Amino acid sequence: MLDRTLIGHCLTPHSVEVAKGRLRFFAKATGQLDPVYLDEAAARQAGYRNIPVPPTFLFCLENDSPDPWELQRLLDLDLGRLLHGEQSFVYHRMACAGDVLTFEPRLSDIYSRRDGALEFFVRETRVTDAMGEHIADLRCVGVQHDGRLV
Amino acid sequence: MSRGADNPDPQPLRLAPIERITLALYAGASSDHNPVHIDSDFARRAGLPDVFAHGMLSMAYLGRFLTDWIPQSRIRRFSVRFVSRVELGAALLCSGEILDINEHDRERLARVEVRVTGEAGELKVIGEACVALAPVAGTRLR
Repeated sequence: MLDRTLIGHCLTPHSVEVAKGRLRFFAKATGQLDPVYLDEAAARQAGYRNIPVPPTFLFCLENDSPDPWELQRLLDLDLGRLLHGEQSFVYHRMACAGDVLTFEPRLSDIYSRRDGALEFFVRETRVTDAMGEHIADLRCVGVQHDGRLV
Repeated sequence: MSRGADNPDPQPLRLAPIERITLALYAGASSDHNPVHIDSDFARRAGLPDVFAHGMLSMAYLGRFLTDWIPQSRIRRFSVRFVSRVELGAALLCSGEILDINEHDRERLARVEVRVTGEAGELKVIGEACVALAPVAGTRLR
């Protein structure tokens, strides 16, 4: 059973610069051919400051933490029994290549379902830019199953 | 408020079948290195038949589906629930429709149901996006 006393625990914040090369690699990996996501001139033509961070890429930048397994270690999670349950993004401002974004994740909830066969943990992350502007809020619900439901 | 003819639903997006290289590329590009998506030996030790796709790959495809339809700066919220695993070989389809349109903060916001399904129509991911339908004066985004 996951340790409920950890609810409210703040994970280590980190900052990352959005690199154009990372955005192009993400476009390649997701089959994205829209030039807005590949080419700076096309992005500017479309009204963006630079190549935009695609809608789900903030989650990937969150993975770029110096210690991406911090939450798994904190909760003693088993990677082979983990599933991504839900993910949500609330967008406040666009982020683009060149921006430096800060991620402040917090373990906001832990609960179980089906007599403990499924244990849920919720990570909420506030994202701001170098000016302190609020960029987005991420909410990730992870699930650890006990093996009976594979 | 009802939908208008000037607000067509997004066009479905059909994806190429998921291959091992799709998952390797996505793992690298997303910094999600969970071995259950890229290492078959690890997946089998965990009791799975093989590696399976990252949930966030499906959500990234839904992101493409949305930005093929409207400029990204109009997306206000985007949330999904991952319903079942996406296996190797799956040929996914992204689809969705406008559920309703409402005014909020001087914007006309469309609530859009979004889905990822497999070849037999089985549900993989379901969610909702909230998008602004018209450019806003003094736009706060971009």
